[in-house]
Amino acid sequence: MTTAIQHRRSNAKVALIAFSMALGMLGLGYASVPLYRIFCQVTGYGGTTKRVDAAQAASIKDSGRTISIRFDANVARDMPWDFKPLQNTDTVSIGARDMALFWAKNTSDQTVTGTASFNVEPEQAAKYFNKIQCFCFTEQTLKPGEEVRMPVLYYVDPAFLDDPDNKDVQQITLSYTFHVTSIGDAKALDRDQSGG
Amino acid sequence: MATTADHFQAHSEEHAHDHKPGFFARWFMSTNHKDIGTMYLIFAIIAGIVGGAFSGMMRVELADPGIQYLDTFARWFGATNPDFNSTLHVWNVLITAHGLIMVFFMVMPAIIGGFGNWFVPIMIGAPDMAFPRMNNISFWLTVAGFISLLCSAFVPGGTGLGAGTGWTVYAPLSTTGSPGPAVDFGIFSLHLAGAGSIMGAINFITTIFNMRAPGMTIHKMPLFVWSVLVTAFLLLLALPVLAAAITMLLTDRNFGTTFFDPAGGGDPVLYQHLFWFFGHPEVYIMILPGFGIISQIVSTFSKKPVFGYLGMAYAMVAIGVVGFIVWAHHMYTSGLSVNTKMYFTAATMVIAVPTGVKIFSWIATMWGGSVSFKSPMVWALGFIFLFTVGGVTGVVLANGGVDDNLHDTYYVVAHFHYVLSLGAVTALFAAFYYWFPKMSGRMHSEFLAHLHFWVFFIGVNLIFFPMHFLGLQGMPRRYPDYAEAYALWNQVATDGYMIMAASIGIWFVNIAYAFVAGKKAEDNYWGEGATTLEWTLTSPPPFHQFETLPVIEESHHH
Repeated sequence: MTTAIQHRRSNAKVALIAFSMALGMLGLGYASVPLYRIFCQVTGYGGTTKRVDAAQAASIKDSGRTISIRFDANVARDMPWDFKPLQNTDTVSIGARDMALFWAKNTSDQTVTGTASFNVEPEQAAKYFNKIQCFCFTEQTLKPGEEVRMPVLYYVDPAFLDDPDNKDVQQITLSYTFHVTSIGDAKALDRDQSGG
Repeated sequence: MATTADHFQAHSEEHAHDHKPGFFARWFMSTNHKDIGTMYLIFAIIAGIVGGAFSGMMRVELADPGIQYLDTFARWFGATNPDFNSTLHVWNVLITAHGLIMVFFMVMPAIIGGFGNWFVPIMIGAPDMAFPRMNNISFWLTVAGFISLLCSAFVPGGTGLGAGTGWTVYAPLSTTGSPGPAVDFGIFSLHLAGAGSIMGAINFITTIFNMRAPGMTIHKMPLFVWSVLVTAFLLLLALPVLAAAITMLLTDRNFGTTFFDPAGGGDPVLYQHLFWFFGHPEVYIMILPGFGIISQIVSTFSKKPVFGYLGMAYAMVAIGVVGFIVWAHHMYTSGLSVNTKMYFTAATMVIAVPTGVKIFSWIATMWGGSVSFKSPMVWALGFIFLFTVGGVTGVVLANGGVDDNLHDTYYVVAHFHYVLSLGAVTALFAAFYYWFPKMSGRMHSEFLAHLHFWVFFIGVNLIFFPMHFLGLQGMPRRYPDYAEAYALWNQVATDGYMIMAASIGIWFVNIAYAFVAGKKAEDNYWGEGATTLEWTLTSPPPFHQFETLPVIEESHHH
């Protein structure tokens, strides 16, 4: 009888260990969300650009070599804004700071708040694309009919020139997409209400 | 492996029939591993017929260019006057249902729930599973999952009735792209089946670790038990990640979270990473028990212990471990850097090494053996051939550069059907003919079993071999229509499907024959090559076996 009870206890122990492994993997599944975000920020994976402050930017030296930057602007399907870059391309000196301007207009009759997501092509160039200031860092709110010019202050890190993956890259595309954060009083992400 | 045929059941035989509960209690509240195994097998056959019928509907539609039958199918699912888009949506529903059913409700229940439940306890000399009631819950959760998936076909899924997301359920198609409850039903189905499988895995791990008979050390366990042990660990570590991913999908769909929605800072590619972190081990979950089965069969019919037993066992462990670090080879076209692709290419190719160890060990087992070509052996040889073909195309696809061209073409469809539809399913049939008389007590017809094999073998090769050509010519997967140029090989594939379907008919005739006219199976009907513990029991085994635990002697082979 005692062996039967011991047997049952050790069964419960193995099952408990196995169950906690499963639970641990479930937790890891959720932990992957912040881990993935950090991974993208560190490595530039998926075209994630870098964010730097002005002091860091000041320490970068102009390399004297130039590269072409193309600007691209889009809105999400349910976003009632016109949004476009005020210059299609720019030729910049690698390592030098440059400013690009984007323009947006709220074409609806409601106040709309939006957030811009961003992306760089080709993706291997993303980790050298540094933004000092960008309208995409914060939410933007436009009243009905209001228009706005929005600056992006950026530079391309000269380390770009030493990366073999980027040796045939002649143009970097910086792309933004504006998504609705809220229209009027409604939170956009409650899809049932906004019908998005 | 290391046992000799004695009659351990001698004590229990006399009251074997006394303990069976009544019909309802026996089959609906079952705690008997053999009864639960039988229910899993019957369930898998039913699910296989449904999933196989869906693939038949797809092959009929693909027989000729253009859209011929989807409108009819849409009406079958209850759509009245479907428009063209919801007609095309039926195609997406079919591919989704076929994939999910075959993976979660056919192969897994059959190979782990069915043969695993039946033979793992017997092979290690245990009276039952460690947690018999949890075993029952696992089974009924799987059934509930299947019902939930079937329900999804009759409710709106965005473009039309049913969930049309593919078995991968990628966001954003599965989130903003598929409003309506169908995808929620599908996700719920995966939750239920996943929970059932995790419980099953815990049960197998506990049983194998704790309930081995005296003398049955880890390194004496039959390779089928080893394969189920490795599979159980894969299930335990992979399925919770899927559960996390699809729960995030569910909250993205219904509760306003943005895990996979860029508008809120999420990333749909993260879903792909999570899915394939589960999805790649999942394909080994489906094939590893097949490896174990083939090892038993090849050894039995070569009348030799399997060549390189330890190498075989640890090759499965190695496949399981490496299977967790190769997932992004399913995502070569999602924008991975060259270095990442190089890593995943190399890591993927490494898997060919332990897999090669297994293939060569099977051949070495046969080498110099006294080989008899009984039906399970013929199916096992078919497995080795078909799996090797699928493995070779897998090494081709492992190359990041090559995959850029072949990704999402029929070449990929051909590859994974060679390893799963032809590999895992052939292993299932091999196991069926190997153990059916043991489970039922009746011998099947060897003639019909051989006929079944040859018709099936010709049929599946006609279906899937031409898909290599179609893929290399650029035919994309997941579409109901194609250019004229692909017509010939698609016609051949559809003809092959009809031949394969006929072979399933032969199988059913064989089962009916066994029950009607099959002669009674002896305890060890395969003779001296069959040395594992199930052959020491009667056919069928007593309701409760090993009331006196068997003692496994020191073996001559190690």
